[in-house]
Amino acid sequence: MSAVTLEKKNKKGSFLALIGVLVVLALTIVLENVLDPNANIIVFTALKKGAVYALVAVSMNLLNGFTGLFSLGQAGFMLLGGYTFAILTIPVEARESVYYIFDGAAINFSLTESLQNLFGGSGVGGAVGFVLGILVALVCAGLVAAFFAWLIGLPVLKLKSDYLAIATLGFAEIIRAIFQWEPLGKITNGANALKSFPTLNNFNIVNADGQIVLRLSTFAAFAIAGLCIWLVVLLINSSYGRAFKAIREDEIAAEAMGINLAKHKRMSFMISSFFAGVGGALLAMFMNQVQAKTFTSTMTYEILLIVVLGGIGSVSGSVIAAFLYMACSEWWLRFLDVPTAFQSEGRYWTFIAVLAVAAVLITLLLLWRRKKGGAKKLGEMWSAFLPGVVILGYDIYYLTTGSRDVPFLNSGFRMVVFSVIIMVVVLFFRRGLFGDKELPYVLRQIGAFFKRLFSGGKKTVAANANNEKEGGANE
Amino acid sequence: MSDVILSIKDLKVKYGGIEAVKGISFDVREGEIVTLIGANGAGKSSTLRTIAGLVKPAGGSISFKGEDITGADPTEIVKRGITLVPEGRRIFADLTVLDNLRIGAYLRHDSLKEDIEWVYSLFPRLAERSWQAGGTLSGGEQQMLAVARALMSRPKLIMMDEPSLGLAPIIVRGIFDIIREINKRGTTILLIEQNANMALQTADTGYVMETGRITLSGTGEELLRNEAVQAAYLGT
Repeated sequence: MSAVTLEKKNKKGSFLALIGVLVVLALTIVLENVLDPNANIIVFTALKKGAVYALVAVSMNLLNGFTGLFSLGQAGFMLLGGYTFAILTIPVEARESVYYIFDGAAINFSLTESLQNLFGGSGVGGAVGFVLGILVALVCAGLVAAFFAWLIGLPVLKLKSDYLAIATLGFAEIIRAIFQWEPLGKITNGANALKSFPTLNNFNIVNADGQIVLRLSTFAAFAIAGLCIWLVVLLINSSYGRAFKAIREDEIAAEAMGINLAKHKRMSFMISSFFAGVGGALLAMFMNQVQAKTFTSTMTYEILLIVVLGGIGSVSGSVIAAFLYMACSEWWLRFLDVPTAFQSEGRYWTFIAVLAVAAVLITLLLLWRRKKGGAKKLGEMWSAFLPGVVILGYDIYYLTTGSRDVPFLNSGFRMVVFSVIIMVVVLFFRRGLFGDKELPYVLRQIGAFFKRLFSGGKKTVAANANNEKEGGANE
Repeated sequence: MSDVILSIKDLKVKYGGIEAVKGISFDVREGEIVTLIGANGAGKSSTLRTIAGLVKPAGGSISFKGEDITGADPTEIVKRGITLVPEGRRIFADLTVLDNLRIGAYLRHDSLKEDIEWVYSLFPRLAERSWQAGGTLSGGEQQMLAVARALMSRPKLIMMDEPSLGLAPIIVRGIFDIIREINKRGTTILLIEQNANMALQTADTGYVMETGRITLSGTGEELLRNEAVQAAYLGT
């Protein structure tokens, strides 16, 4: 027998992943300094919000996908994180005006200011102190969320599946109500927003005249979210991560192996909430303000949607789904919100080109599924015709009325289209885009698919290669 | 005779109002293969689950290597050197064979390389399937994996709940060969079985359980020859 290999992951793989992350981070810096952020505000909104949602989706996936605990408390923990961050970092002199309804704040201390002063007030030292202050405040935001997770975890984690979901959803709603409660106004500012705290824009480097030398706001969001996601990945690949997965697979067997169920569930819940709290703080930094009414259960459902679309149990799936989701809802589909969407010739042809590409992609998918024995049902076949039907409908409309305005395209219509797209995606990918696999595996699969498609009759070669990767089932 | 490693005294197990085990006592000696046989609902699985700490006893005591472990939690019991191969195998279907083994050794913090090599030499099939998801294995391979996973914690006593369940006779024979092999290497085995014939042929000592009580005991051979046992469990 050959020697046992304990590590499958080669060093090359993790090296490539590191390079990939560094390239993305470098790209954010380049993009933000080359493109004008004020002219392309939508692009940067999608990118920053995507980074934040990637982090909270991964934190939710850690609990729902890897530990098998169905929790819907994400918005509540994000709220805790966002508020903690804001309360700790609002500059002391700004507190009077922020809390003006309640005649000033109860806490008159700013973490970022204190650390800034400690490092010399201004210049490079001030910047170091400022960044350090933000990082400490982010960690505090996570810790507060984790503390509450521990507190409610004691009674709630005894529940299973749907019951746990309801209990955590209730917790999030209670937290939201408490933070809007007037008697706590001196701390939470009641139902009013907290603002004036450091935001992502404070990461931009300015010269003495106050002009921006180097924009780093998008980079900051990516770097913080990336660091947190990396920590989650480390955790998932550690022996704790294996214990979480064992609990997901079979609680009784996990217990019989000596895994303490209560302890590990609590740990997973707290770590997930920690990163949700950090995510909430990042969201606050992105929005420049934090207000309890934004952290509704709708936010939790958005995150759940991202997790399900990306694939329950896939970190890279959650990350990619978060960016796609944000790009669709904030950017790519925005044009559907105005009746004059197709007024210009360019817009019209772009629209047709996008639909044509969609039709080709869907046809390819159908071909692939046909090979695997799926896609025989009419319900899946019609989706390939959908883009064509849309173009035809529009053309008929144009020919009959001579107008390119589409009357039903107005505010909110993009969400209708978005919902249809999501339904179609779920039809094709029942287990989300990535299932429970990670990006490298998916890329290999796509590569193998194209090889098969172009090699035509020589199926056996690709099929064998595929078998080698997956390892044949029973002989 | 070697020392008693596990001693059960007047053990009672209740689920709600139903008493599944009604006060049983037996000893397991170090290095032995002991089997509990009996029909469905006799209380065999409940006994094992209680020893493993998954169920709290309603009365009686359990001691392991002279120390009382009655009502200890499963983590503590695995740490002390008792592992359970649960009924129906219960392997982690979406995890690789190797990860299944690693979880078996969850409470250990030293190097696993030697142990993994050892279980792979016991079950060469598993070595071939190291990177395959547990759920893609055949029933017999899954049973091998369940046994291998239990061995990873280096137990002194390994308890097996119906390892032959739903397996073809030839596979069952292979499993019992492995059980003997593991026993030869110094692990004490407590086995419960409905396949009384195989179990009694393998075991040093056997106990027959009926409706929560031990009704007969003896060496494996004695029980094989016992007429009541033959009539009830061996179908001859």
